[in-house]
Amino acid sequence: MARPYVVKKDDDHDDEAEYSPFLGLEKGTVLQEARVFNDPQLDARRCAQVITKLLYLLNQGEAFTKVEATEVFFAVTKLFQSKDTTLRRMVYLIIKELSPSADEVIIVTSSLMKDMNSKIDMYRANAIRVLSKITDGTLLMQIERYLKQAIVDKNPVVASAALVSGIHLLQTNPEIVKRWSNEVQEGVQSRAALVQFHALALLHQIRQNDRLAVSKLVTSLTRGSVRSPLAQCLLIRYTSQVIHESSMNSQTGERPFFDYLESCLRHKAELVIFEAARAITELSSVTSRELSPAITVLQLFLSSSKPILRFAAVRTLNKVAMTHPLSVTSCNIDMESLISDQNRSIATLAITTLLKTGNESSVDRLMKQITNFMSDIADEFKIVVVEAIRSLCLKFPLKYRSLMNFLSNILREEGGFEYKKAIVDSIVILIRDIPDAKESGLFHLCEFIEDCEFTYLSTQILHFIGNEGPKTSDPSKYIRYIYNRVILENATVRASAVSTLAKFGAMVDSLKPRILVLLRRCQFDIDDEVRDRATLYLDTLGGDASVGETEKYVKDFLFGSLDVPLVNLEKSLRSYEASDMPFDIYSVPKEIKSQPLAEKKAPGRKPTGLGGPPCAPVSAVDAYEKLLSLIPEFSSFGKLFKSSTPVELSEAETEYAVNVVKHIYDGHVVFQYNCTNTIPEQLLENVTVFVDASEAEDFSEVASKPLRSLPYDSPGQTFVAFEKPYGLPATGRFSNLLKFFVKEVDPATVEAEEEGVEDEYQLEDLEIVPVDYMLKVGVSNFKNAWESMAPDNERVDEYGLGARESLAEAVCSVINILGMQPCEGTEVVPSNSRSHACLLSGIFIGNVKVLVRLSFGVDESKQVAMKLAVRSEDPNISERIHEIVAEA
Amino acid sequence: MDCCPSIKNVLLLDSEGKRVAVKYYTDDWPTLAAKLAYEKSIFTKTLKTNARTEAEIAMLDGYIVVYKFIQDLHFFVTGGDDENELIIATVLQGFFDAVGLLLRNNVDKRSALENLDLILLCLDEIVDGGIVLETEASVIATKVAANSLDGATSLSEQTISQALATAREHLARSLLK
Repeated sequence: MARPYVVKKDDDHDDEAEYSPFLGLEKGTVLQEARVFNDPQLDARRCAQVITKLLYLLNQGEAFTKVEATEVFFAVTKLFQSKDTTLRRMVYLIIKELSPSADEVIIVTSSLMKDMNSKIDMYRANAIRVLSKITDGTLLMQIERYLKQAIVDKNPVVASAALVSGIHLLQTNPEIVKRWSNEVQEGVQSRAALVQFHALALLHQIRQNDRLAVSKLVTSLTRGSVRSPLAQCLLIRYTSQVIHESSMNSQTGERPFFDYLESCLRHKAELVIFEAARAITELSSVTSRELSPAITVLQLFLSSSKPILRFAAVRTLNKVAMTHPLSVTSCNIDMESLISDQNRSIATLAITTLLKTGNESSVDRLMKQITNFMSDIADEFKIVVVEAIRSLCLKFPLKYRSLMNFLSNILREEGGFEYKKAIVDSIVILIRDIPDAKESGLFHLCEFIEDCEFTYLSTQILHFIGNEGPKTSDPSKYIRYIYNRVILENATVRASAVSTLAKFGAMVDSLKPRILVLLRRCQFDIDDEVRDRATLYLDTLGGDASVGETEKYVKDFLFGSLDVPLVNLEKSLRSYEASDMPFDIYSVPKEIKSQPLAEKKAPGRKPTGLGGPPCAPVSAVDAYEKLLSLIPEFSSFGKLFKSSTPVELSEAETEYAVNVVKHIYDGHVVFQYNCTNTIPEQLLENVTVFVDASEAEDFSEVASKPLRSLPYDSPGQTFVAFEKPYGLPATGRFSNLLKFFVKEVDPATVEAEEEGVEDEYQLEDLEIVPVDYMLKVGVSNFKNAWESMAPDNERVDEYGLGARESLAEAVCSVINILGMQPCEGTEVVPSNSRSHACLLSGIFIGNVKVLVRLSFGVDESKQVAMKLAVRSEDPNISERIHEIVAEA
Repeated sequence: MDCCPSIKNVLLLDSEGKRVAVKYYTDDWPTLAAKLAYEKSIFTKTLKTNARTEAEIAMLDGYIVVYKFIQDLHFFVTGGDDENELIIATVLQGFFDAVGLLLRNNVDKRSALENLDLILLCLDEIVDGGIVLETEASVIATKVAANSLDGATSLSEQTISQALATAREHLARSLLK
């Protein structure tokens, strides 16, 4: 293509830039023109032009009033008289755009139904799509027959139209569309690529709630009758769904269908290859062996000439790098060349991936490259970079200087709130975790608030400086920055600056007289809150009552937390009505929904950045807790420690599907039996589980809560509670028997008979094992956490694990036995390595923090030896962990 | 939750970011103002990129946007954050090539507006309610043009086969690259 020619052409256009066939088009005029629709002698071309004009107006966002729309719609219906195909096509379009109301639809129904049976394929296909877009339930019954027919139409366009309409209609009229299963099934076998794709999508949606049917569908199709690339993508998605669901039931063993996913990596269509690679990387607890073929194809995409392929590959690898950094390192060279990619999205993703996988020596070089391109990218990408740098810094604390410098540089540049907040949060976390970085970090923050447009950030930083500043070597240098806020800022920031000053006064005796002077000046502030605070602090700090106890009281007042959850405090204050009684803070309930663990393990430190406690990632546990707290029998058990994942107690595809969730409390255990009745002809009532605890001597049943009624296909729960020795990890085996009254149900009327029969159903046994008392909780910096625990509580021992398949398999099984959270990606064993160190952390019942260091070694004959070192807050627990491993 | 690949919108804008033809399939942008703001945002953010030889891609406001420019026309297709990028790209390529066939390779704003009916029909044949209907450019063009066979202004049977031949040639060339 000759470049100058193109430019010249553009210039030509500029001369007549204003030209457009729709220039100066006005709604009123076009509506006038629409009268030609009513002419007895229709001019098809003219009418089509007018419709185009109407569509143009609609497309430009011009709004039609209800009356106008109705008028146009009625006029348009007249055009069905014309036999002109172009015009008919435009009529279909505008009917869809006008989306007529139900009473108007009736007028075109018969015309459209006629077209649905027309000899012209195009009419059939389009009429189906229009009709199903505007139809409602009752009308659908009338046309159902034609739609079913159309699904198996010889013409693929017609079949696709009917299938896609089916997908849309399934949302509104599922019971009707579900009857088309047989026809849709036929469509899946179609030779036409897109018919196959649409049929598969619809078939899956019809069956998506039936796990067995989906599994069968996948089983039969993965044998290779799917040709269309798009259908192949769907199949990959369904397959990974099935894999995901089956892996929840069985803990170990080969993944089913993995071979299929792997074979798709060799498909000829790139979009199928990518879909399969992505599916593999997203498998839950994927191993590095499973990952490697997927990584290989993604690596090839990295050097593609097409930006889209590069983007897709780098984005996926970036996600993989978060969980399996070692698996991605093989792509590092290709990644580095992408840093200079024209497409900034690709460059950002490449650089953040490198930050995750890089080693200490490459940090400086990477930082230099990032600095060059930071200014060209959007804020949301900058946040990604900042977060990557934060985790990098925690990984390589020695490099804090260059990383902190980088953060402070970008903090000074332009940016939105979210971006600045991410930077500030990162600096705060670095200050917290890397003691050497404290002084410089605080200094950067002080500089930032000198010129900070976000009140929220200013106040949060002032609060932070108040807590950390007094503990530095030279607290006096911060005073200037803080007092500047009092002079220059808005009332909110001034008030928090006053509080910060007071904290310095309370902590640093040498500064106290000067602080008092400054606080006195603040008493002349124009804002009430600022003055009030100044007066309050002057009163607490001032005076000569420097007796030990008062001083402690002052510090408690300034630094101590209220010791009640803020949500509860707010609620109590709202319900507190002004009266003679002073508000009693002790009346505020202290029960918290779920206490974030981070606070417990680092008292007095900020759990995350400035934003307060992290939102608990365990929403399932929250849901359980809510459910259990609603049951009065269990309300006295205290705080829920852990809920297990559901354990299946019945074989798949049996009459009654039952799984159990084990809820562990300090002194109790509650079994939650989730039951599903899979027989439409039965209604179960008064469902209980009879638990035989003869093989669990430490447990005694204290309560049970039956399930009143269990209709077909709507799951219900019944509970049984046991008492156990308080705070101890008691173990045992329980056998379960499901007991219930069964009533016959007439499927036609869905009414149950009066009389029920008592029946029972044997379930599988259930065990409480030591892992049930271990919570998976990670630590951000394992080394620091390890060193902060007393070495006296450390217990070390060595174990021989016998001959193992591989080192990775041995590591994996020990992690599973202990049920702890692997830290810093140490669960990944590089292939061919002869030894491996793995770090684990967790919380044992009684809220005892446990850290484990595992060292593995393997010899020629695949004999694996392991050294296990445990540190915990309680030496007995450390020994207990060894017992778990020894017994396993 | 739905695992069927879906398209959020298909946009055809001119070199100033004004609408030529747009089609939204979801309620992610409920009002006209929201739609226009979105169009403006993607137009300005992609303006400086070179998407003339190969389709380009960007991530904006949590969406994946695949785009390609020719003359004074900017083609965009938006999909969700977790959509397969290559599927979105296939839809874009289908739209782009079909428009090329329908406008007989004379693709610019002026001829797009002069044949707006064809463009709108083309949009209608590519995606239906967010579900990909057809991605093969020649099939889309045939479906659109089959309706206008009688019209004097539209492509005749003859030109269709010509158009298909050009398409084949294009394909061959891109394979040789």
